Amino acid sequence: MAENYKYTPQDFKSDQEVKWCPGCGDHAILSAVQRALPEVSNALNYDIERYVFVSGIGCSSRFPYYMKTFGFHGIHGRASAIATGVKVANPKLSVWQITGDGDALAIGGNHFIHAIRRNIDINILLFNNEIYGLTKGQYSPTSKLGAITKTSPFGTVEHPFRPGELVIGAQGKFFARSIDVDVKLTTEIMVEAAKHDGTSVIEILQNCVIYNDKTHSAITDKENREDRTIVIRHGEKMVFGKNRDKGLILSGISLKVVTIGEGGFSMDDILTHDAFAPNPGVHMMLANMEYPEYPVALGVIRNVKDSTYDDNVRDQVLDVMKTAKIKSVDDLLHSGETWEVK
Amino acid sequence: MSKQKQVLELDHVVVRFSGDSGDGMQLTGTLFSDASALFGNSVCTFPDYPSEIRAPQGTVSGVSGFQVSIGTKKVNTPGDYCDVLIAMNPAALRANAKWVKAGGMIIVDADTFNEKGLQRAGFKTDNPIEELKLEDYKVIFADITNLTKESLKDSGLDMKSIVRCKNMFALGMVYYIFDRPLNYTEHYYEVKFKKKPEVIEANKKVLKDGYNYAGNIQAIANTYTIPSSTTIPKGTYRNVNGNTATAWGFIAASEKSGLPLFCGSYPITPATEVLIELAKRKDLGVKTLQAEDEIAGICTSIGAAYAGNFAVTSTSGPGLSLKSEAMGLAVMTELPLVIVNVQRGGPSTGLPTKTEQSDLFQALYGRNGECPMVVIAASTPSNCFDFAFTAGKIAMEHMTPVVLLTDGYIANGTEPWKIPSMKDFPAINPPIVPEGTEGYMPYARDEKRLARSWAFPGKKGLEHRVGGLEKDFIKGSVSHDPINHQKMTDIRAAKVERVKEFIPEQDVFGDKEGDLLVIGWGGTYGHLLTAVQKIREEGKSVSLCHFNYINPLPKNVKEIFGHYKKILVCELNMGQFANYLRMNFQEFNYNQFNKVQGLPFTVVELVDKFNKVLEGK
Ligand SMILES: Cc1ncc(C[n+]2csc(CCOP(=O)(O)OP(=O)(O)O)c2C)c(N)n1
Ligand code: SF4
Ligand SMILES: [Mg+2]
Repeated sequence: MAENYKYTPQDFKSDQEVKWCPGCGDHAILSAVQRALPEVSNALNYDIERYVFVSGIGCSSRFPYYMKTFGFHGIHGRASAIATGVKVANPKLSVWQITGDGDALAIGGNHFIHAIRRNIDINILLFNNEIYGLTKGQYSPTSKLGAITKTSPFGTVEHPFRPGELVIGAQGKFFARSIDVDVKLTTEIMVEAAKHDGTSVIEILQNCVIYNDKTHSAITDKENREDRTIVIRHGEKMVFGKNRDKGLILSGISLKVVTIGEGGFSMDDILTHDAFAPNPGVHMMLANMEYPEYPVALGVIRNVKDSTYDDNVRDQVLDVMKTAKIKSVDDLLHSGETWEVK
Repeated sequence: MSKQKQVLELDHVVVRFSGDSGDGMQLTGTLFSDASALFGNSVCTFPDYPSEIRAPQGTVSGVSGFQVSIGTKKVNTPGDYCDVLIAMNPAALRANAKWVKAGGMIIVDADTFNEKGLQRAGFKTDNPIEELKLEDYKVIFADITNLTKESLKDSGLDMKSIVRCKNMFALGMVYYIFDRPLNYTEHYYEVKFKKKPEVIEANKKVLKDGYNYAGNIQAIANTYTIPSSTTIPKGTYRNVNGNTATAWGFIAASEKSGLPLFCGSYPITPATEVLIELAKRKDLGVKTLQAEDEIAGICTSIGAAYAGNFAVTSTSGPGLSLKSEAMGLAVMTELPLVIVNVQRGGPSTGLPTKTEQSDLFQALYGRNGECPMVVIAASTPSNCFDFAFTAGKIAMEHMTPVVLLTDGYIANGTEPWKIPSMKDFPAINPPIVPEGTEGYMPYARDEKRLARSWAFPGKKGLEHRVGGLEKDFIKGSVSHDPINHQKMTDIRAAKVERVKEFIPEQDVFGDKEGDLLVIGWGGTYGHLLTAVQKIREEGKSVSLCHFNYINPLPKNVKEIFGHYKKILVCELNMGQFANYLRMNFQEFNYNQFNKVQGLPFTVVELVDKFNKVLEGK
C-alpha cells in the first residue's frame, strides 16, 4: 500500500461468512483484532501482507478465514509449532496464533510451553472459554474443578491450569489478559503485544453461549465488572472498584486488597504496576488472582525484554557466514579429506 | 622386517574390527577404510554398534563392530563374512567369531583374556577357542594392551590415555598384514590433535610399533596386498555416509532453488546425523530447529514451507508415526516438504540401531484419509545425495510432500564418492507467485504437473488462507461440497501420479529377459547386485530390477516384469513391496525373500535363494 495509507478495520475483513454461534464471544474478539491491526500498522509501519494468522482446531481456530491476511488453519494443537516455522522462515512477518484452551493447553501444551521458552516473536491469542466448543461441550484443561460437562456428568475431578501461571512458569516474557466483551481493552493489549519482541500471550476470557454460558459472567457482567476485575497498566497504581477506592498492597509475601482511606491505607501504600520487572514474583501473583478472594487482573501483567529465538537464529547464521570458508555446495563437497584418482 | 615373508595378492578382503563400545572400534575401522580408499581401493563399510552408549564393560551386549570390505574391483557390500577379525576382548570374540570365514585369521588382545574378562563375556571355561570351536582358525594372541603400555611408557601420557591408544596398536598390525601406507592415518592424527603434540606422537608411535610387531612375529606368515584399481573413474573423491549425503543433498536442492533450507527435527537413531550435519551448515544459511518432538519438527517445517523456505524434516520409524497427521496437513495444503525416514527395526522402539525396510507401508499409507504422497528410496550411501536432491526438486516443483526412505545400513555405511559438481545438477523451478499478481487463486493448477502455485506471506496482494479443511477446487476457501471433495481427492492423486512423467524409466541390470528377475528397493542394492553378479558368473539367467521410485512407480515396470519367467522380491521386511507390486500388477506371480533380523542380507543367502527359486524349490 502507499506509504501513508491508513488502514481501517474494513481492510482486514475477509469475504467469508462468519460461522460462529450468534452471541459467541469470538465475534467480539474478531472485531477487536480487526480494530487493533490498523493501529499496529500505523504504529509499526506494517502493511497488510506482513500479517500471518495461524491457528489450530476449534471454534476459535476458524479465525484466520475471517481475516483478509495470510492465514494458516492448522491441525489440533500444533499452531504454535506452525507459527514458529513461519516466523523462523521469515522473521519479518508479524505472526499471530489463534488458539483455544483445548488447542493450546491440552493437545498443544507441549508446543505452547516450548514456543514461550524459546521466546519466538509470535503473538498468541488464547481464547479461554473453559470448554471444548467445536466438539460440543467436553471439559478442557481450564474447566473449573467440579464443572459439569458432557464428559464430566458428575463434575470434573481434575485441577485446571491457570494459563498465566503456566506462561510465566515457562519463562514467558509477555502475559496479558482481557475479556471478550471489552473490545477496547483487547485492542489496546493487542497493540502492546505487537510491539513486544518475543512470545506474547494474551488470554481472552471468552464466553461460549452454547456449551459453557456465563462461565466468566461473575467477573465480566457489566454491573460487577469494575469491582471484580482490576485493569492494570505499567506505571499506574493498582486501583479498582466502581468508586476506584480499592487497591492492592503487598502484605508479607502476598497481595492484599485494601480500601483506600480505611484501616490506615492511603494511595501511597498502593502498589504501582511494573510490567517490565524481570522478577516474575508479583506478576505471578497478579496472574493468579481469582474472584472472589481477589479481583481478576486484566491488562498487560508482564512485559519483559529478552532476546528472541528468531533474532538469535538470524544473528547466528549471519555471524557464522561472515567468517565462513564454505560458501557454496561445491565448497562443502570438497571440504575435509579428499583425494584424487588420476 | 618382512623380508622372509611372502606377499600374496588378493583382489578382495574383509576385515572386522570389534571391541568394547569404549575401545574406539568405529574410529579404527574408519581409519582403515579411509587409508584403503586413499590407496585406491574400492571400499564399503558397515558399522554395527549397540544401542547402549556404554553397556557394561566387557559384556557381549557392549560389543561394537565395524566391518570394512576392500577390493580392487568395485565392492558393493561390506561382505558377509570377514577374512580377519580383530577382537579387543573376549566378548568381542564371542560376539563376532561367527562372522569369520572358515579358517580365517583372528587377532585378539591376549591381555584381556583373563579370568574376569572370560567370565564377563560368558565363557564357561578358560579356553575360549575350544568353546567357540575355533581350532581351525588362525588365532593370534597378541599382548596388545601390554605392548601399548610398553610402547608409550616414556610418552608422558597418563596410564588411562596410554591404554586408550591400544586400538591404534591393533590398527598398526592390520596395516602391516594388508600392506597399507601409514601416512594417511598419521596425517589424521596431526589434524585431529593439532593442539596436543604429545598425543600425535604417541599415536604415531603406537601405530608404528603395532606395524613392526606384526612384522616380527612368526604367527603372521604372509602379508597381503590388494592392488589399487585402474578402473575407478578419474576425479576427486571423498568418503561419505548416507546421512551426511542426505543432508548435503537437501542443501544442494536449496541452492538450486534459491530458497533457504529449513529443517525442523527431533533427534532419533539412526536419523540424528542428518540434523547434526544440517546444524553445522549455518555457513550456507541453513536453519535447523531442534523441536520439542517430531510433531513440532514437521509442523515447524510446514510453517516454514508456507512462508517460502525449502523445508525438510528428518526422522526414523517411531518419529514418522508421530508425524502422520501433519503429513496429511502437508498433502491437504499442497506445500512442498521432504520427510526423510531413516528406517530402523520396528515396531515400536524395536531395534533402534539396526537396519530394516519395514516402514514402506507407513510411508505409502500411514495417514488418515485418501492421502497419496510421493515416496522415493535411496539405495547407496552416496546416492542419498542424489535422491535427497531429487526429493527436494519433486517437492518444490510439484508442490507435494515427498517421503525419502533410507535405512540404518546406508545411513551409517560409508563409501568413496566421486564428488559431483553442482553445475551438473538441474535447476529447480518452484511455481512461485510473483509479488503483486492480481486475482491469485491458491488452488488453481498448472496443466503439466497439476501443481498449485506457491505464494509467500509478505508478498503484496497474495493474501490467502490454507489449512487442513477441504478446500474449494479453485478459490481455496473451505468447502464441504460433496462433488468438490471428490474432485479434490482425485486431483491430489492425479498430481502424485503425474510425477511419473518426470522421473527416469526403470532400468535392469543383466539381461532384458530371462529366467529370474530379482526385485529390490532402497538400501539392499549393494547386496542384491553382488549376489546377482555372482550367480550370473555361474552362467545363470538372473537380472536385477532395483527400485528407487516407489510412488509413483516408473512407467515401464509392467513391461519389464513381463520378460522373465520368475520374479523374486527381496526385502528386509515381511513382504511390503511385494504386496505393493501385487496390488499394482496383479498379473504376475511374485516369489518373496524376506528377512527381519536387523541385519542386511548376506550374499550367500541371496545366491542360495536365487538358486532355489530357479530350481522351483
Ligand atoms: C487430533 C485431533 N483430536 C481431536 C480433535 C477434535 N477436536 C477438535 S477441536 C477440539 C477441542 C477444541 O476446544 P478448544 O481448543 O478449547 O477450542 P474452542 O472450540 O473451545 O474454541 C477437539 C477435541 C481433532 N480435531 N484433532
Ligand atoms: S460452540 Fe461456543 S465457542 Fe463455538 S461458536 Fe458456538 S458459542 Fe462460540
Ligand atoms: Mg475452548
